[in-house]
Amino acid sequence: MHIERTQRASNKVPFSLRGKTLSMETTLSLMVAPFVIFILVLNYLPLLGWSMAFVDYSPGISIFNSEFVGFRFFKEALLYTADFPISILNTFAMSMLGIVFSVVPVILAILISEIKNDKYRNILQTATSLPNFMSWVIVYSVAFSFFAQDDGIINTFLMHFNIISTPTNLLGNKDIVWFSQTFFSLWKTAGWTAIIYLGAIAGIDSELYEAARVDGAGKIKQIIHIMIPGIMPTFVVMLFLQIGWMLGGTSFEQIYVFHNALVHDKIMTLDYYTYQMGMKNLNFSQATAMGMFKTIVSIVLLFISGLASKKLVGRSII
Amino acid sequence: MKTSLESKIAQICIVIGLTIVALICSYPFYYILIYSVSIPSEAVRGVYWIPAGFTMQNYIEIFRQNDILHAAFISVSRTILGTALGVFCTSLFAFLLTQQRLRFRMAIYRLVVVTMFLNAGLIPWYVTMVKLGFKNNFLLYIIPSAIGAFYLILVKTYMEQIPPALQEAAMIDGAGPFKIYYKIIFPVSMPVIATIAIFMAVDQWNTWLDNFYLADIAQLQTLQKLLLGYLADQQAMVMSAMSKMQQQSSNSVKVTPTSIRMTITMVVMLPVLLIYPIFQKYFVKGIMIGAVKG
Repeated sequence: MHIERTQRASNKVPFSLRGKTLSMETTLSLMVAPFVIFILVLNYLPLLGWSMAFVDYSPGISIFNSEFVGFRFFKEALLYTADFPISILNTFAMSMLGIVFSVVPVILAILISEIKNDKYRNILQTATSLPNFMSWVIVYSVAFSFFAQDDGIINTFLMHFNIISTPTNLLGNKDIVWFSQTFFSLWKTAGWTAIIYLGAIAGIDSELYEAARVDGAGKIKQIIHIMIPGIMPTFVVMLFLQIGWMLGGTSFEQIYVFHNALVHDKIMTLDYYTYQMGMKNLNFSQATAMGMFKTIVSIVLLFISGLASKKLVGRSII
Repeated sequence: MKTSLESKIAQICIVIGLTIVALICSYPFYYILIYSVSIPSEAVRGVYWIPAGFTMQNYIEIFRQNDILHAAFISVSRTILGTALGVFCTSLFAFLLTQQRLRFRMAIYRLVVVTMFLNAGLIPWYVTMVKLGFKNNFLLYIIPSAIGAFYLILVKTYMEQIPPALQEAAMIDGAGPFKIYYKIIFPVSMPVIATIAIFMAVDQWNTWLDNFYLADIAQLQTLQKLLLGYLADQQAMVMSAMSKMQQQSSNSVKVTPTSIRMTITMVVMLPVLLIYPIFQKYFVKGIMIGAVKG
């Protein structure tokens, strides 16, 4: 016992590596080193690529041999192209719609929490959250099977019962794109987000409901005065996070799978435009500049949003 | 009694409303299922609640195609290997981050958290990947995804709740960090590790962007990307697959482009469709662990 106490008191824990005894600190440092390198190489090293935004870069030529152009690509994108502002508009529109409809999962959660039958509530949760775990490719395949002009089930149904005479082309209709994309996004994520809110609802002290009932409050009053304030913190965090992610709100995968020439003008987001510039037009400099723009603006937005959140509701996003 | 009637009506309305929502979310998958087992020529007339005829021919034809078979192999491989590597790396890294004795512990942790907000952008990422040798390399599918900030924080938060006495006892017995990790911490953290394992597996199965940007050779195509090809490129890919099937098959069941698409979709959906309902509570529990304690 005496020996063990001494061992515990010292800094050195015997750990053999080829006969040498290493201290705990050294062992831990060695073990964590590969992971730190991993993080640095995969997440921070690419940042050096931001230098591509300031030179006239062509793939193949070393960056040091490229001509330095300062902020030319940023200016070009903002002032001289039509597509960049359009992509910002589309991104902004769809993000805003997403924010407006972010109350849907909350309502869904409140309604589901009112179901008394446990089994059925479980089935509802599973059914509504299932789409969240399908890839956007699957979501597109599903949307395609429903709304395709040629043999989507919707068109087949409407034509069969003579409700319409020519098929609709929902997936090619650019005027409704902002709304249809918001719908698909909701279809995919509302159920799972509702489960998160259901967790928050479950965390509300049940005594509060008792007290309200004793005071004569009906179900609706209980929901308004207890449940909603209980969910508020979670909702506000989600809201301010979404505002911070305004420029990156819509997933690139979603936009890519639903993209076609007919809806291009309205569906092209900043991500898609960056992809087009960089991977299809091979304009690395321009695309890097746009990526930089997006990241920096997002960080600023998140920061402001976080401050606003703290000021308005006393909670920060992180 | 008035309130009782009101509340009963309210309950009925809620149940009906939610059932409609649940159907909107689940009927599409059912539709694809019944279409994929329908006889293609009859399905054209409209499939709504039950299959039009019944045949497994669609599936047989699909799996006769080499590209689909191989893509399935790639997707399954990346799911198994990627999840295994990811679980190991994430849990070990998280464990190390809970060790008070780790030098620069807080700095390293902040380094990881910042990556959630700091994104270098598509092109810098692409160039880095190419320079690191990940282009057309299977390792692309399992290495970059081995550590993610979100899962790392989830596991670390869970591990911090483990009573320190367990670890101290092991240290008295002279165990080094790695032994503490695999003999004590890893087994005790099973709930959260199981959770991230499931999430990672689903992520692996669903990911196709890395394939899209960095792998263009046929041997590395994943099922998701292949399906996307069949959906987007209706003419070329589907027609060539169809003609191959007509040649190979002596069966009278003629496949249509739509039935091919439905069946491939079904194959890609099936794993998640089966796993999720069974493990749903683990998905939910896992997120709650992180949310409540974090």
